[in-house]
Parts: sequence; structure tokens; C-alpha cells
Amino acid sequence: MNHSLHTLFSVSAIALCAISAVHAEDKVVNVYNWSDYIDESTLAEFEEKTGIKVVYDVFDSNEVLETKMLAGGSGYDIVVPTGSFLARQIQAGAFRKLDKDKLPNLENMWQQISDRTAAYDPDNTYSINYMWGTTGIGYNVDMIKERMPDAPLDSWAMIFDPAVISKFKDCGIHILDAPAEIIPTALKYIGEDPDTDDAKVIAKAEETLMVMRENTTKFHSSEYINALANGDICLAVGWSGDVLQARDRAAEAGNDVKVEYVIPKEGALMWFDQMAIPVDAPHPDNAHAFLNFMMDPQIMARNSNYVYYANGNKASQPLLNEDVIGDPAIYPPESTVEQLFTKTPYSPRTQRTVTRMWTRIVSGH
Amino acid sequence: MSEQNEIGFISNDPPHRAPGPIGSLHASLLAYTPYRWLAGKLAASGLRVRHLVIAVPYIWLLLFFLAPFLIVFKLSFSEYRIAIPPYAPIFEFIDQTYLQVRLSIDNYRLLFQDSLYIQAYLNSVRVAGISTLLTLLIGYPIAYSMVKARPRTRFILLMLVILPFWTSFLIRVYAWIGILKNEGLLNAFLLKIGLISEPLSLLNTDIAVYIGIVYSYLPFMILPLYANLEKMDMSLIEAATDLGCKPVPAFWKITLPLSLPGIVAGCFLVFIPAVGEFVIPDLLGGPDTLMIGKVLWTEFFNNLDWPLSSAVAVLLLLLLIVPIVLFQRHQQKTAESH
Repeated sequence: MNHSLHTLFSVSAIALCAISAVHAEDKVVNVYNWSDYIDESTLAEFEEKTGIKVVYDVFDSNEVLETKMLAGGSGYDIVVPTGSFLARQIQAGAFRKLDKDKLPNLENMWQQISDRTAAYDPDNTYSINYMWGTTGIGYNVDMIKERMPDAPLDSWAMIFDPAVISKFKDCGIHILDAPAEIIPTALKYIGEDPDTDDAKVIAKAEETLMVMRENTTKFHSSEYINALANGDICLAVGWSGDVLQARDRAAEAGNDVKVEYVIPKEGALMWFDQMAIPVDAPHPDNAHAFLNFMMDPQIMARNSNYVYYANGNKASQPLLNEDVIGDPAIYPPESTVEQLFTKTPYSPRTQRTVTRMWTRIVSGH
Repeated sequence: MSEQNEIGFISNDPPHRAPGPIGSLHASLLAYTPYRWLAGKLAASGLRVRHLVIAVPYIWLLLFFLAPFLIVFKLSFSEYRIAIPPYAPIFEFIDQTYLQVRLSIDNYRLLFQDSLYIQAYLNSVRVAGISTLLTLLIGYPIAYSMVKARPRTRFILLMLVILPFWTSFLIRVYAWIGILKNEGLLNAFLLKIGLISEPLSLLNTDIAVYIGIVYSYLPFMILPLYANLEKMDMSLIEAATDLGCKPVPAFWKITLPLSLPGIVAGCFLVFIPAVGEFVIPDLLGGPDTLMIGKVLWTEFFNNLDWPLSSAVAVLLLLLLIVPIVLFQRHQQKTAESH
């Protein structure tokens, strides 16, 4: 009897300790970010400076993140959805308002980018920009030149003009499996509003997309990095940083494959990956500390130098390597930026029409 | 046969005969206080330990099959909305007095209106059916020769069939990308021996999906067939030979009919998971490989429409349950007529 009483006491003592520890917030922050999207030495530095341990987990599609967010209870303190997904999740009440008093480094942010992200998150109440980029064309320089010396490399005609794209069918073409990016791009090419929510207008893009489909080898959102780098394909519609990664991998491999990225003159989709705190985050204070740390110019410059994506941090720009800040594919000149367009989320009804149309384009059903 | 007697014996529960394995387990467990307490309580309420033993599988099915199914079934009558969770509640209390029930049949209507879903169902059934047939054609000879092998070799062969399970299923399917792609192992080999002059495009086609399914599910066909063939009474074949029946007719007249339960079990084990397969068509299939698992994924993740994807799942279950029930009936009838 005495023995079991003793056990009871020690168990409740441990339980009490656990409860008080939760109250003071564990020294942990759970981060859920895109794969290959950070210089991991910055995480180590954060742990060293603050004593808060970073549990870093990665995803590779907005859809997977969104499902976790809307199911609730994800257990993450920081997540990084893309703008249009962020807007939908804000509407669903998935995020906690940022306590801007805890984020003094906000002054480092780039007003031009903050203005654009406000289209998804008014006043940037819930999120800060991590990285941004464009959806453009990646190509194999020699394979294109060989098949069409006067190819209109600076235009979406490469993808949507039947007379042009058909010339490259034999060498392999990959397209992002992302209807919310490809459909607005096709709309822009045919001179319609890429941000429209009108199903009738969206339907106008179908014919143009069917031309693209007939010449496409595969719809996939990550295989094109390796395929471009290995010279397996000659043309891809992909994300800026990914194509640049393919370019560098090919250069490192020394296999005579030259990859380039271009933002077509008609304009390209500009997207923003935003850091936000889930409404049920277990460690919101640590999350704020993490966000503030990430807005440090030194840290952000290191991350951009590592992943070859532009960031929304103005103060980090003097610290960037020349092959990042000087590359028009990463930091496009002012005249190109004006041509970039953004996409707000579709309404649920239009979303269904768009997905259905995409299935028809991709699978022929 | 002896097994059946055992069960019959326990359920008759004659007080004066020696206890079966469950009975002796019961007796030894009675030494422990919690068990004695539980058994006492049960006895007081008219329940016996054997009821408890029988109840275990029922509780299992109730918790892990019926309950999730009911949740999915309920969800399939809801509607999509932007919220956490992303669907409208079906039951709502209004003014703490009225219970409002809103059932939407829109999801089911859409499944029949848009030919996409029906086509995806039919295509999945076709792919699963052909794959099952192929696994049977490949698996039967393998199981048969395993049974015919010497006991030592037999054990090694059995291990070889089970061994692939020690590697992740996903990685094994991924490996097929390396084998089947244009510059892959298979094409390199065929080019080298001069069988083809141009690489075959196999990856991202239906053929790759069939290869993937047959490869992944082959053990599920071989193992029940092996278990069945191993127990077969070989003296029947000997008798047939003695009476002048040649080996091939003897196989068709004796071995095959007797192994029918093994064939049916193997076919169900392959067909049912293959219909809902998602990973294999996603990794190996092309853009026009339309399967219901993929459609379900799109509905759930791309459209965020949990209610509609639940409706797809419910219909898929009904589609699979009908043949299983019919088969069960048939089995019962055969058992009764014996």
C-alpha cells in the first residue's frame, strides 16, 4: 500500500512538472517548409542564439499543406504556403494574427513585395514573405537552336503556338502539373485577364492548352529539374529557382547541357511563399522569435544565395552574391516586374470547373 | 476437420470434459485478480469468456471498419465550404431546441452526371481485372513448382517470395522508373542484345502500370495458392495415374478444381487493393491513365472537396462489396451441399 501511494505521488509530481513546462512554452519550434528551400546552417544559428530547438519538416505541394491546415491540429508553429493558398486558408481561419511588436525586423522588408502580397493577405496581417519567384520557361539552349534557330525564345509562343511547340515535341517537353499557374498563363497569352474567376473566360484558354497538351511529354511539378539537367527534355514550364537549379546541376556535371530560364515578354505569373503561424500553433512565442530571426538581412541573404530564389527582404540585397542579385531571372529588372501578374484564389465553384478542365486537358477525359 | 470439432466443442461447453486451449488459458488467467474480477462480472451478467473471445473480431471490425465507414458515409452527404474542417456540418442545433439535419445528395448526383467518374471506375475495374488475371497466370506455376520442390528448397523459395516485403513498397515501385525509362536498364539491355533498334517508351504508359501492379501484388497471389496446394492430397493424383489418367488431364480434372479456393482467395487479395491503387498509376502511369484512386486524390487535395471524395469512396466500397457478398453466398451454398 505504502509503495503504491509512493508511486502515485511521484506520478503526479511528474505530471505537475509537465503541465508547468507547457505553460512556459517548451524551447521548441516546429517548422514546416518546402523541401530544399533553406540554408540549414541558419537553423543551427537560430538554435544557438535563442536556445530554441527547431524541428524542421518539409512538404512538396501546397495541396498537402492545405489539407493539414484545414484538418486542424497540425502541431506546426510555422508553415509556408504560396499566396493564393494562403488567402484561402486565411478565409478558413487557419492562421493567427502576427504580433508585430514582436517582429522589429519587419522594417527590413521590401515595400514593393509587401504591396503585392497584400493582395492575398490584406495589410500582411497574418504572414511575411519568405521567397518569391516566377513561372516561366526553361530550355536546353543547343537542342532548341538545332531544331529552330530563330525560335521566339522570349515569348510564350514557344509553348502555345502550334507551329513552334510542335518542332520540339521529339526532344521532350514537361509542363508543371499546376492548373492554377498554367491556365492563367495561357489566358495572358491569348490576351484575357489571367486573374479572372469567370468560367466562360477561363474556357477560352482550353483550345490553346490543348495545343500544348498534344506536344507535352509529361505533366509533373518536380521531375523537370533532373530531366532538364540530364538533357532528357529540351523545354519545360517551371519555377524560376528550379530551372536555375537544373542549370547549375548541368554545369556541375559537365555534360555539355546548357539550360536557360526566361520570363517571356507577355508576362509571367509571380508567386510568393509566405511564412505564417497556424491558429493552433503550440509555441506561438517561439514562432515569432523564428520569424524575426528569418527577417534578419544576413540570414535571408544566406538563404537566397543558397536556394537561388529572390526574397522579400530589401535590407538583404546588398549582402547577396552577384550571381543572385545580378541575375535577371532571379531579380528581374523593373520593366519586367511590371509585366508580372498575380493570381488570387478561385472561388470554390470556379475551382471545380478549373480542375475538371485540367483533368480533360491532361488525361483527355 | 479437427479444428471444426474444437470450436464446436468449446461452444457446446460441456462441464465434465477436459477444457480446450481457450478453456485452459481461461483457467490459468483466473490466477490474476483483474481477470478474475472481469470474469466474475461477466458471469454475473450472463456472459461467458467464449463470448468475449468471439467479440474481439467484432469489436475490431466495429472500431476500425464500421466506424470510419460511417464517418465517410456521413461526410459524403455534406457540402464543401472554406473552413476548418472544410465541410458543412450535417447536424446542427438551432436555439438549443431544433435539430437541423441537412443532407446533400449533390455529390452523388455529380458522380453520375459527369462521365469522368464512371469512366474512372470502369477503367480501374478493367486494369485491376487484367492485372489479377496476369498475376494468376504467373503466380500459379510459381506456387505449384514451390510445392513440388524439396522441403529445404521450398523454404528458401518461400523466403524469396516474402523477402521483397522487407523493402518499402514505394521504393520498389520507384525502382521500376529506373528500369522502364527510355534510357533505363530494360531498354539498354534490349538494345544491347539487338532485339530493338529504338528504345521502347514504356514508362508513363498503361503497360508500366500493369507491370507495377503484377510485380507488387504477386506475393498476395502466390501465398494463398501455395498454402492451398501444399495441403492437397497427392494420393488423388496417384490414384488418377493408376487408373490411366495422363498428367495434363489429371491437373485439369483434379488439381485445378481442388485449388479453386486458393485461386479465389488470391484473386480477391489482388483485385480489391488494385482497384483503388493510387501510387502505382501515379508513379508509372501516363497522363491518360485514369484510375479512381487518382480521381479521389484530385478531389481530396486539389479541389479540397472532402464530401465529394467521400462519395467516390462510398461508391467504390459498394462496387467491391457486391461481388464479395455474392462470393460469400456461393461459398456457403457449396459448403451446405457437401
